[in-house]
Amino acid sequence: MARRVKIGLQAAAVLVVGLLVALLAWQVIRTDKGRALASKVASGQKPQAPVFSLDRLDGQGTLSLADLRGKAVVVNFWASWCAPCKDEAPTLETAWQKWRDQDVVVVGVDLQDLSSDARRFVERYELTYPALRDKHNWTWGRYGLSGLPETWFVDREGRLVGEHVEGPVTAEELDRNIRIALRRA
Amino acid sequence: MKAALTAALLLALGAAGTVAASEQKPTLPELERELICPTCHESLAVSSSPIADRMRSFIRARIAAGDTKSEIKSKLVDQFGESVLAAPPKHGFNLLAWLLPFAGLGLGGAALAVLARRWSRAREDAVPTDPSGNGRGPLDPELERRLDEELARFDA
Repeated sequence: MARRVKIGLQAAAVLVVGLLVALLAWQVIRTDKGRALASKVASGQKPQAPVFSLDRLDGQGTLSLADLRGKAVVVNFWASWCAPCKDEAPTLETAWQKWRDQDVVVVGVDLQDLSSDARRFVERYELTYPALRDKHNWTWGRYGLSGLPETWFVDREGRLVGEHVEGPVTAEELDRNIRIALRRA
Repeated sequence: MKAALTAALLLALGAAGTVAASEQKPTLPELERELICPTCHESLAVSSSPIADRMRSFIRARIAAGDTKSEIKSKLVDQFGESVLAAPPKHGFNLLAWLLPFAGLGLGGAALAVLARRWSRAREDAVPTDPSGNGRGPLDPELERRLDEELARFDA
């Protein structure tokens, strides 16, 4: 009886340790997957963009990346407290106005921020492109973000293409990468 | 004994009163200790990141508006997720984070108790129980025979 209890306890201990190791491995793999996207894009590969569905900052429902299939999408990650985000906001708005009639959508994803601050930011810089709120930092790990702002380009098939821009994006980078994202495969 | 019990009761009541007061009228420093900066993952009490400053402003405004500690924390969780809390909430899956250390301590303690009992029993078995042995165990028969022979030779 005592031997059976001992074996049972040992099995339970091994199971608990196994579960903890599996949890750690899952977390490491998930983080690495996001980080691997940048190197894949840099080497010319076109990995699928992690799909997100997030609340709109203006409270008008949600927007999913999957709904934008067939269009070129500029995904810009930002926060209201981030100084370079303030510098690039007018550039993104200009690009949106320039390209919006040519199957291009600019999407701003606000992270690690207070919604009220983010709304004020949108008003202050008169941004008219869709601004989404990622309250739970869902996109941070999946896109392998290392700071804000960062910009990715998604082609019509929902794949990441062109350059992954870390830091404020310029008008030239936007035009160049939007053209790449618009190319038909 | 009665005085000690009364003192303990008064202390417990005092602590409960402090907790209730802290819940109703929280201060910025105590909330800073219970929250984490979402960008640098340090305690809000030591973080100097821009979002930490914004969070402090938000907390000050909510305290001034008369929010309780739970309400303020709940609003920040709504903005940043549960990872903004320094300690996981005591419900759902997060309850495990509170229970597992105690379960581990309990299991460890039980295992130590069983081992200690086994060791002491093993020592008891090794120690002779005959008081006339004067702290020594019975001699091996072969050794006793050889000792008798040596003594006989010595006497001779």
